[in-house]
Amino acid sequence: MTELGTQIKEIIDNEDVTLFMKGTPQMVMCGNSHRALEALRRAGAPVTAIDILPDPRIREELSTQSGWPTIPQVFVRGELIGGADIVEELEQTGELERTLTDKLGPDYRGAADERVVAVP
Amino acid sequence: MSRLEELLQVAFPGDEVSVEDRTGTGDHFQVTVVSALFDGLSLVEQHRLVYNALAAPLADGTIHELRITTKGAE
Repeated sequence: MTELGTQIKEIIDNEDVTLFMKGTPQMVMCGNSHRALEALRRAGAPVTAIDILPDPRIREELSTQSGWPTIPQVFVRGELIGGADIVEELEQTGELERTLTDKLGPDYRGAADERVVAVP
Repeated sequence: MSRLEELLQVAFPGDEVSVEDRTGTGDHFQVTVVSALFDGLSLVEQHRLVYNALAAPLADGTIHELRITTKGAE
């Protein structure tokens, strides 16, 4: 695996909630990234965001690892939860909050501030 | 029938498949599939089947944005 691939894998595995998106939470550059971010925010998820736009290799490495062709992609403790459609659907049914509670514990809300991590 | 519908009909034969061009520009799509193939699968696994069916138009840039709705037959 490339150095960038290793870096991406470590973020996915170690962060509570990782959102690979176009743009940043402060300046979202894509409607679907916005939908995923807002669903995560409604569920109170402690989001670590990664902007894939600065370097095309980020998206290539990510999709190779996840087998998921589109952006955004949401992971909770290493597990792919889905893209915007799935995250929205899970948020609406309450399943997203259940998943976050199961994986992060009942006090996940407000456990960490939203933040942005830059790669490579 | 559009190319996307044809690809979905091949992957989900006899199932309910619809493709909506959301913006009228031929690159932003809402795809809906109702299929017994989804029964018992997670949403991630269901969407993967749709992505697999549409791998070619995803790879060649025909699809700029894709929204997917899947339902099992149960």
